[in-house]
Amino acid sequence: MPEPLAWQIGTVTAVRPESAEVKSFTLALPAWRPHRAGQHYDVRLTAEDGYQAQRSYSIASAPSRTGEVELTIERIPDGEVSPYFHDVVRVGDKVEVRGPIGGYFVWEPALGGPLMLVAGGSGVVPLMAMIRERAAAGDATPTALLYSSRTIDDVIYRDELASLASSNHGLQVVQTLTRSQPPGWTGYARRIDSEMLGDVLRGLGPQPLAYICGPTLLVEATANGLVELGLPPARVRTERFGPTT
Amino acid sequence: MDDSLMLDANAVAGDLAEMFGYDVTASMHCCSHCGNRGAMATLLAYIHGPGIVLRCSICHEVVVRWVRTPTRTYLDARGAAYMEVATR
Repeated sequence: MPEPLAWQIGTVTAVRPESAEVKSFTLALPAWRPHRAGQHYDVRLTAEDGYQAQRSYSIASAPSRTGEVELTIERIPDGEVSPYFHDVVRVGDKVEVRGPIGGYFVWEPALGGPLMLVAGGSGVVPLMAMIRERAAAGDATPTALLYSSRTIDDVIYRDELASLASSNHGLQVVQTLTRSQPPGWTGYARRIDSEMLGDVLRGLGPQPLAYICGPTLLVEATANGLVELGLPPARVRTERFGPTT
Repeated sequence: MDDSLMLDANAVAGDLAEMFGYDVTASMHCCSHCGNRGAMATLLAYIHGPGIVLRCSICHEVVVRWVRTPTRTYLDARGAAYMEVATR
């Protein structure tokens, strides 16, 4: 039986902007434990009067990075925790966290594939941990990421995804931009639908293992769409993160 | 219920771990209403009320709910016919 989770104080060692509303924070952890790609950490802020606010943020880094963990956090305008990270937190600051948490929405090379990853907005974060883990392990599981963003400037990990897709055997990155598209855009330009899911599935081979993460309504529609296209429900894992912002 | 606010039990995995002593998201439960058996993480989570409500992903009935006060947690799991937890 694993040990219970305890809160610990992490130190911010790097802050990197990913897009206008998204930053990645690297935390050095005194009681670091290896995580599984797809897991999250809980983050807790405590005000001077004792009021506490707590949120969960997915781990973006591959488990092979020991002693530290990278959390990618989207700024939610009326949020209690994410604006603090975006506007206040600097390198050297301390934050209270517990984790890694979650034993269901996780993937490791031993689980095999083919792997069908579907992300809406910052739902790409836990899937990126899986892609990074796959790359770090030199794993060749056929993998497709279907990633929906509003505009090109909202695409998180844009350069890294492009470089992984071009250099990484068996990884396909398919993007759709729902609000506006730059000149010369060759990807999809609409919300994820059944036809799009079918296009991506066809390139993957039989009985993929699907992980869907994003706003609740996107996750619902995609999970139902994949089951209608013939995936067994037991091969479809979901992580909903609430309303579209 | 506003379904756009619905999450998975994974979102409250930390609180569940606090109550049960370790991470139960991959542990199995059985819904007492419809008999569906699935991982705890597949339960639908409604977290914006005063307490947390987990509903069955198949029949949408309440399986588990809890409310925290500064000193106590009140857990009502009558919607689960059983839960299966690893003990070693």
